[in-house]
Amino acid sequence: MLKIENLRASVDGREILKGLSLEIPAGEVHAIMGPNGSGKSTLSYILSGREGYEITGGSVIYDGKDLLAMQPEERAAAGVFLAFQYPVEIPGVPNATFLRTAVNAVRRGRGEKDLDAIQFMRAVKDKSKKLGITDEMMKRAVNVGFSGGEKKRNEILQMAMLEPKLAILDETDSGLDIDALRVVAEGVNMLRDPARSMLVITHYQRLLQYIVPDRVHVLAHGLIRRSGGPELAHELEQTGYAEFAEGQAA
Amino acid sequence: MSTVTEVSPGWLTALRDAGKSNFKGLPSQRQEAWKYTGLNRLKALAFEPSSSPTPSPHGGEGRGEGGSAAHRLAFINGRYAVEHSHIGSLPTGVVLASLAEILSTQPALLESRLGKAMDTARKPMAALNTAWIEDGLVLIVPRGVAVEGNIEVVFLADGEAPVAYPRLLVELGEMAEATLVESHLGGAAGGFANQVAEIVIGAGATLRHYVQHAEAAETTAVETVTATLSRDAAYKAFALNAGGGLVRREVEVQLTQPGGFAQVDGAYLVDGDRHTDTTVLIDHQADHCASRQTQKGVIDNDGRAVYQGKILVRPNAQKTDGYQLSQTLLLSPQAEIDVKPELEIHADDVKCSHGATVGRLDADALFFLRARGIPEAEARALLIQGFIGGALDEIDRDDVREAFGLAAANWLAGRSAPKGDVS
Repeated sequence: MLKIENLRASVDGREILKGLSLEIPAGEVHAIMGPNGSGKSTLSYILSGREGYEITGGSVIYDGKDLLAMQPEERAAAGVFLAFQYPVEIPGVPNATFLRTAVNAVRRGRGEKDLDAIQFMRAVKDKSKKLGITDEMMKRAVNVGFSGGEKKRNEILQMAMLEPKLAILDETDSGLDIDALRVVAEGVNMLRDPARSMLVITHYQRLLQYIVPDRVHVLAHGLIRRSGGPELAHELEQTGYAEFAEGQAA
Repeated sequence: MSTVTEVSPGWLTALRDAGKSNFKGLPSQRQEAWKYTGLNRLKALAFEPSSSPTPSPHGGEGRGEGGSAAHRLAFINGRYAVEHSHIGSLPTGVVLASLAEILSTQPALLESRLGKAMDTARKPMAALNTAWIEDGLVLIVPRGVAVEGNIEVVFLADGEAPVAYPRLLVELGEMAEATLVESHLGGAAGGFANQVAEIVIGAGATLRHYVQHAEAAETTAVETVTATLSRDAAYKAFALNAGGGLVRREVEVQLTQPGGFAQVDGAYLVDGDRHTDTTVLIDHQADHCASRQTQKGVIDNDGRAVYQGKILVRPNAQKTDGYQLSQTLLLSPQAEIDVKPELEIHADDVKCSHGATVGRLDADALFFLRARGIPEAEARALLIQGFIGGALDEIDRDDVREAFGLAAANWLAGRSAPKGDVS
């Protein structure tokens, strides 16, 4: 589904990713763990097409296509979804309007017909209910006045509606208490599917108790330093990231 | 001026003469109020108003044209077009008619009112309008009467280089209420509309005044509005400015007695090489009055907008609560906004604030929308619409808010359509 090879990327002339390679087969959930500043968010932004990153080497093949050559909206239509670490507030745009615009844009990109208002409301009703998103939250401007948990649940609702093939969850656990985390994780687990790959990026092992990954990778200083099964997350919880400090093991 | 001199009473001739003598030429940019807006484009203008239009071929459908509006008065080149107008049933005592009609049927009603609230010595363009007073709108609502439904006033410019001087006279008695929805449409190169609105609002009365500019891009429109408020009166105005080549809107609100409330909001959407100027003075003359100004602008291409907003608090206007906010989105490197917020405060127990921001579309928000599959042009339009929506929220009539929202969406769609392809 996703094959990253020897990816090098810089921001303002500073190299952040230094030859990162990673492969996620269809239907698998992979976790990337790593200390702050290791390049986790850079990777998620590069995969979703944010401007401001210079790719200096390597390749990213998604579903047989050169992902890096695609515009962000093309990636979304092709099934790439990024759950933002810091969901953006959009004053003046009602959440329902935004979500319907996004769903129809992606449907159009996939050669499907638009959902009309009634079809959309029907499609969103069940999913929003499971995530505890009220009608009132759908009427409010996107993320404006939302609590941290509401914002993250709103991200998962978008994911559920857009039905991606590759979901990247960038520190979706940050700023959540345990109850909010549980709701978000349940939402993610409902979306696990043999046809859907996920990349779960986190600093903490806690999230991986609820979203159990098939593989865990440690990202430090722009490279995958270690890969293993779910037990690697537990090990890191004990030892921390000290062994991956600059100059150590590679 | 043959049409004007026919049956003019002496007071009206005197009023026009005063206008003529107070108009000492077009305002110069050396005048503070006109610092950012020049009227050079009018230099070659003869100023003579256009003659009455020939009845439109669509005149037959006239009566039905009011649509859902309770009352609609249409003016073509400043002159009442009865075939396009429709006045529904009104409470007893309400006067709603064209100025020309009242001048010929009940001139005495106007002698004590017309020109009384507008100081033409200070306002050259109002003086020019006064020199040519002939037609326009009269709305007089007696004490305690609320006019249900919107009073729609449509100003349509037609023919070659149409020149018009519409005059609005609005008087609300004590505890009266009315909603005026004004739209400016049509026009052609060289077109010029110079309008004056004189508004007097009695104690406890409320006037909602919504204005939409959607004229052709080659036209010039200048509006001078003055509203005088009594105790506990409210004036709630919103102007959506999405048309015209040069549109200048000058609003002065006099809060003459305690408890008055003035709200002067607006949104200006400026593309091409259009120019808009919103100049507001809120004159707090009495204590315990409040005023609100929220102006939002979106400027693209070589467009230019001016917003001058002044809150004047006179010495005895204690407990004044004044607020002013200006937010502007610049969509192109050439787009320009000149913002001049001004607080002049002579009382010592007041609360006044103002803020102004100028920015570009939020790159994070744009990326977020694109990452959700929304193509860039559509994502930009959605963000701009959200921004304008924040201004439209100040409109407390749902039907007007929706209509203005649609007009803003149309402006956005027209702006983003490739040249020569408007389908």
